[in-house]
Amino acid sequence: MSRVDGRLKVTGAATYSAEYKLPGLAYAVLVGSTIAKGRITGLDTKAAAGAPGVLAVVTHLNSPKVPGFDTVGKDPSQPATVGGPLKIFHDDKIRFNDQPIALVVADTLERARYAAGLVKAQYAQEQHQTNLEANKPRAFLPTSAQKNPKSPMADYQRGQADAYRSGAIKLENEYVIPTEVHHPMELQAITAHWEAPDRLTIYDKTQGTLATRRDFAKEWNLPEANVKVIATFVGGAFGNALHSWPHESAAIIAAKVVNRPVQLMLTREQMFTMVGYRPHTWQKLGMSATADGKITAITHESIGQTSTYEEFTESTLAQTRMMYQSPNLTTRYRLAALDIGSPIWMRGPGEATGAFALESAMDEMAYLLKLDPMEFRLRNYTDQDPENGKPWSTKFLKECYQAGAERVGWSKRKLEPGALRDGDWLVGYGMGVGTFGAHRGGAHASAQLLPGGTVLLQCATTDIGPGTGTAMTQIAADTLGLPPQNIRFELGHSDYPQAGTQGGSSTVNSVGPAVQEACLALKDKLRQLAATGNAAFAAAKKEDVVLADGYLTLSTNAAARVPYADLLKQVGGTAVVVEAKPGSEGQAYSMYSFSVHFAEVRVHVLTGEVRVSKLVSCADAGTIINQKTAANQMKGGAVGGIGMALMEHAIIDDRYGRYVTKDFADYHVPVHADAPAVEVFFVNQPDYHVNALGTKGIGEIATIGVAPAIANAVFNATGKRVRELPITPDKLV
Amino acid sequence: MATNPEPDVPANHDENRRTFLKQSSLLTALALVPGQVVDAAAAKFDERIADAFEKVPLSLKVNGVKQKLSVEPRATLLDLLREQLHLTGTKKGCDYGQCGACTVHVNGQRVNSCLSFAVMHDGQEITTIEGLAKGDDLHPMQEAFVKHDGFQCGYCTPGQIMSAVACVREGHAGSEGEIREYMSGNICRCGAYANIVAAIQDVKQGGQKV
Repeated sequence: MSRVDGRLKVTGAATYSAEYKLPGLAYAVLVGSTIAKGRITGLDTKAAAGAPGVLAVVTHLNSPKVPGFDTVGKDPSQPATVGGPLKIFHDDKIRFNDQPIALVVADTLERARYAAGLVKAQYAQEQHQTNLEANKPRAFLPTSAQKNPKSPMADYQRGQADAYRSGAIKLENEYVIPTEVHHPMELQAITAHWEAPDRLTIYDKTQGTLATRRDFAKEWNLPEANVKVIATFVGGAFGNALHSWPHESAAIIAAKVVNRPVQLMLTREQMFTMVGYRPHTWQKLGMSATADGKITAITHESIGQTSTYEEFTESTLAQTRMMYQSPNLTTRYRLAALDIGSPIWMRGPGEATGAFALESAMDEMAYLLKLDPMEFRLRNYTDQDPENGKPWSTKFLKECYQAGAERVGWSKRKLEPGALRDGDWLVGYGMGVGTFGAHRGGAHASAQLLPGGTVLLQCATTDIGPGTGTAMTQIAADTLGLPPQNIRFELGHSDYPQAGTQGGSSTVNSVGPAVQEACLALKDKLRQLAATGNAAFAAAKKEDVVLADGYLTLSTNAAARVPYADLLKQVGGTAVVVEAKPGSEGQAYSMYSFSVHFAEVRVHVLTGEVRVSKLVSCADAGTIINQKTAANQMKGGAVGGIGMALMEHAIIDDRYGRYVTKDFADYHVPVHADAPAVEVFFVNQPDYHVNALGTKGIGEIATIGVAPAIANAVFNATGKRVRELPITPDKLV
Repeated sequence: MATNPEPDVPANHDENRRTFLKQSSLLTALALVPGQVVDAAAAKFDERIADAFEKVPLSLKVNGVKQKLSVEPRATLLDLLREQLHLTGTKKGCDYGQCGACTVHVNGQRVNSCLSFAVMHDGQEITTIEGLAKGDDLHPMQEAFVKHDGFQCGYCTPGQIMSAVACVREGHAGSEGEIREYMSGNICRCGAYANIVAAIQDVKQGGQKV
């Protein structure tokens, strides 16, 4: 089935957050600091304030008090969080380069932009730290792990610590991934509108309408019911909109100051500095194995970058703890706080970083053992979760190995690198495995029968691109037995029934069952209404209820027919709100999605140029609701992995603590010419331990494991092992 | 400051011109209605008068509709379309001509609308994504994008489609490789590239008029 919002997207009618032309709309442009650490000692905003069309210049000197900025962290009933988001215009401190120091609001975009260039600042500069390598000695255990030894961020050990060191066949290597930036095509944007002094509406780029509502209700000390967050369309995010950012607070402040709706869209340069990124991470992985290919020990350590004001953590070492059968295993996760904006989870968060080290090391050990890398993985395959001893809810990774190997032509692969050549191109094959928890959170959905026979479903979830609306429409259509065109699924509004944030591959797992339940509850409600005047319905079960052509009827008794109109007359509209919650199965099973990616690469012998000529991505993601959109998501994740492997690298000039990559000319992402036709294979076996639909999630596993598959293929082609991404030609010639 | 959006225009140049405009407009206005303007000057009334001098007339045909406009010379075609004509189908993805989200047709040629000033297009015909369909009938390229799922979030889509139509018209859709090369100015961060290429090939092979 094609996307339900396809027509809106191909005609330009889909409305994103900077496209709400409210009456009196004003435009805001942010001014950023030019130092990375210190204090603002002087701000000259006179010229900007006097420039044509300027309505306000907001700075820490004149910003209205944001009540939540003072109370956050001071509530005695809530334990203090580890740091917190930057409080914009709250004080004179500079914590990272390009930190917003002023916001210029004007009646047109051109005027706001011009005036923003007139703001001048003086600083008392302090010595900043932006280099991860130099700050490794200062790395620390995250506070969450210090407080709670059972935290997933705490040190982990099974068997003996660092046992690989005494192994007969062993390796120990360091792996580095640079800072990568989400860069969704839609720039971060918000339209903020105070509809009354205590009623705020924001049209915002967010992955969670309710999380965003909670954050800003808290900032302004408002009841949540007074804050409306609308995100009908989100132009990509990849994790970038999982956090409430300073520019959002700034736009809301500005709207208050000028008492008009304010639109603020970041520049591409600002997308590097203030709305998160995948953190620059150093890793060391030691592994030992027996001569017959059994892993005896793994130690995996990582140091990831965070900001000075917020402790950002991610599950970099999670895959290592559960993927392979290693009796001795140690993981240590550390953070280094730098004078840079806070990171935020980026597609395949943590796991994608960790998998680069783990899956590269697997390839290296296989080569050391003179084993086929797939065979080596099979010899260490786990039939239960070695981290906790629980059985997998489902695991069809072997099936994925087999399907992928066949499709990529794995049999052509030579054990020795450099053995395959096509003219001036060396050809190599590599594989990389990915996994991510099959997470499910509570969600509500409402279902309503409209007089024309359409069923309207609503949920506060968002759709940042995977096709949530389409999948939910299919689930509803299947459950109700109606054609999809009779279903309308509305999302992206905080007034709709509760759903979690769209992240961690959990949306279909969570919202899908809520939609299913809402549809069943609607059937039952309609049956009850019909039963008042029709005995056949009174005796029927909800499963027997059929909605067809304006009538309610029964699959067990076609003669029983009640027109919708009669039902609606009784209630003046029908709305049913239900909740679906995870069951207790999670206690008994380890629930994960799995993927394996196979890459065929060509490396030019003279220039070191790497071309990914073939990618096969295979996934055990449970039930696939929509083959078309799911395959698209897998292909997209693979393209993201190509970027991670070969080109993405945000570079900071440590002298100034500022990114020198500031647009798509410097920071390369894959374009059409870089993307091969990705072949996708789904096992498509339901996992009913996760939910009644059997889904496990796709978004993350589409990317996790792709970068090491490419790096391993590059080794197979050239004999050169690159352990620091991206694999640019200079590392190969 | 962090970014000077108009590096070619020294700030003082603009200010000097503005001072001149302010004075001359004030003098003119004073001669007409002295009492009111003296009061209004304090309320930035002079700015509004100066504003009129700073704008230049512009005639465009946008999606077949003639537009008589008055625009600031520094307004880009993209910002004019989005913020003044409310044709928000054309997207801003970088403002530097690097991503292609803002692709429109100018006299039939594909152009990054963020890289050109609106005033450069006086008398020209602009087609945006909103002008591609014929009423309710989608353009074949739009149909093909839906059929092949040539998008995810939809933000780069208008630019991809405008570029794709031009790519076929230019005769650059002869093979998968050629399409990839000639579509490489349009970034899709969701990574729907393979599906976009399939959509373009479908249209090309279908032989429909684009």
